[in-house]
Amino acid sequence: MPELLVQFVIAGVKAFIVVNTVLLAAATLVYVERRVAAWIQDRIGPNRVGPFGLLQPFADVLKLYFKEDLVPALADRAYHRLAPLISIAVALSLYAVIPIADYVVIGGERIPLSVAPGINVGVLYILAMTSIGVYGIVLAGWASNNKYSLLGGLRSSAQMISYELALGLSIVGVVMVAGTLDIAEIIARQKHVWNIVYQPLGFLLFLVASFAETNRAPFDLPEAEPELVGGYHTEYSSMKFGLFFLAEYSNMVVASLMMATLFLGGWHVPFVPELPQWLGLQEGSIGLALFQAAVTVAKTAALLFLFIWVRWTVPRFRYDQLMRLGWRVLLPFALLNIVVTGTVLLALELV
Amino acid sequence: MNVTQNTEAQRMSFWEKLYLPAIVQGLGVTLRQMFRPKFTRQYPEERWEPLGSYRGSPVLVLDEDGERCVACGLCSRVCPALAIEVQAAETEREKERYPVKFEINMLRCIYCGYCEEVCPEEAIVMSKDYELVFEDRESAILGKEQLLVPIEKLQDRLEFLRRYK
Repeated sequence: MPELLVQFVIAGVKAFIVVNTVLLAAATLVYVERRVAAWIQDRIGPNRVGPFGLLQPFADVLKLYFKEDLVPALADRAYHRLAPLISIAVALSLYAVIPIADYVVIGGERIPLSVAPGINVGVLYILAMTSIGVYGIVLAGWASNNKYSLLGGLRSSAQMISYELALGLSIVGVVMVAGTLDIAEIIARQKHVWNIVYQPLGFLLFLVASFAETNRAPFDLPEAEPELVGGYHTEYSSMKFGLFFLAEYSNMVVASLMMATLFLGGWHVPFVPELPQWLGLQEGSIGLALFQAAVTVAKTAALLFLFIWVRWTVPRFRYDQLMRLGWRVLLPFALLNIVVTGTVLLALELV
Repeated sequence: MNVTQNTEAQRMSFWEKLYLPAIVQGLGVTLRQMFRPKFTRQYPEERWEPLGSYRGSPVLVLDEDGERCVACGLCSRVCPALAIEVQAAETEREKERYPVKFEINMLRCIYCGYCEEVCPEEAIVMSKDYELVFEDRESAILGKEQLLVPIEKLQDRLEFLRRYK
C-alpha cells in the first residue's frame, strides 16, 4: 500500500473513533447534567429509561428525530439549514489536534493518538476554529427571521468575541512556559510539574473565559430564557436543534479537554508521573495508551462536572456585567499574566 | 436619577469584589445539597395513602342491607357544580325509596364535599381515590354500579366524619 493511503486510513479510523466517542460523550453529558441538576435541587432526575435512566439520552435523541422539522415562513432557508451544520462541524473538528494519549506502535508504525498529530500550531488552530463557531450562532439568529433569535445571536457573538481575547491571551502564558504551540509537546513538558503551578492565574482566566466561550451559566445570556425565549435556536426544531445542543455540549468537552491538556498535565498521573512504568506498561504499548487515555478522560470528566456544578450554583450575569468582566477584568489580568510570565522567564534565563 | 455615592459596589471589600470566595462558598452549598436525602415519591410504585380527612372522588356507601341512598336529592340540590343527577323510585324495602339513576359527572365535580355534608343517611362520602383518569367524556360520567363501594373500604372516612362533622 502506498504510504499516503496508509496515513489516510489511520487518520480516518482515528477520526471515526473520536467523532463517535464525542457524540456519545455529549449525549451522556446531557444525562449527567440532568442528574446532577436534580441532585442539587433535591430531586432524583431521569431514572426511568434503562438502568438508572442511563438510556435517557438515546430516548431524547430518538424523540428529536420524530419531531417535525419546522422552518419559519420568512426565514432564509439556506442559511437556516447551514447554521447548525457549521456549529457541529466546528465543534467536532476541534478534536483533531487534541491528543488523548501519547502514541502506540502497531506493526512497527508509530501512531500518535490525535487525529492530526504533529501540527505545530495546534493551539492556534483551536482558537481559530472556535472563532468560526460564532458564525453558526450568528447565522442561526439572523436566518430565523425572529427578533429573539437575532438578539440571542448578537449577544452570543459579542460575548464570544469578547471572551476569545481573554481565552487566547490566557493560553499565551502556557505557550511561553512550554515554548511551543504543539499540544502533544506541551503535555510532554508537564510530566513533573503541571502548568497550573506556573500559571495559576492563567488557568483561572482560561476557566472563566471558557465558561463564557461555551455559553454556559453563569454566562448563558444568548439563551436567557426569561428574556429571549430560547435565544438563537428558538426557531429550530427536530434534529437541527439537536445539532446545536450537541455542539454546545461538544464545545464543553473541548474546553475541559483543553484545560486538562494545557494546564493539568494531560495524560500524566498527578504526584507519581512514573506510575505507568511501575505498573510495567511498555512505552508505545496499547496498554500504556489506554492508561493515558483513561487519565485524560478522568481529568476531563472532573472538569465537566465542574461546568455542570457551577451552572446550578451561580446565577446568570447581566449583559453589562458580562461585558465589564470580559473587557475590564479578564483582559487586563490576562495581559498582566503575560507580562509577569515574560519577566520571570527572562529573569531566570539571566540568572 | 442614578445613585453614584455609597453604592453596593463601593461598600464591597476587595475580596467581595473578586466574587470568587463567594462563588466557592456557593459551590460548597450545592455540593452538600447533592448528598441530602430526596423527597421525591416514585409514584406508580410508591403510592400515597391519604388520611381519612382527604376528599377524593365521591362514592355511594354500600352496607349489609344494600345501598344506603334514599334518593332524597339533597346532594344533587346542593352540588355547586351541578355534577350529580338523581332519579328516585319506590321500593318494597323499609326505606321505601331508592335511586333508579345516580350519576356523578367527574368532569364537573370539584370535590367540595357538600354532597357528603348534606346527606342525611351518610350515603355519599368522599373516598380516597385520587387517580381519576378517563379516556373520553362519556366514561367520566359515573353511574351507580361504579359509584357503589362496600362500607369496609370507607371506614377511615366514616370514622373521620363521626368525629369531626
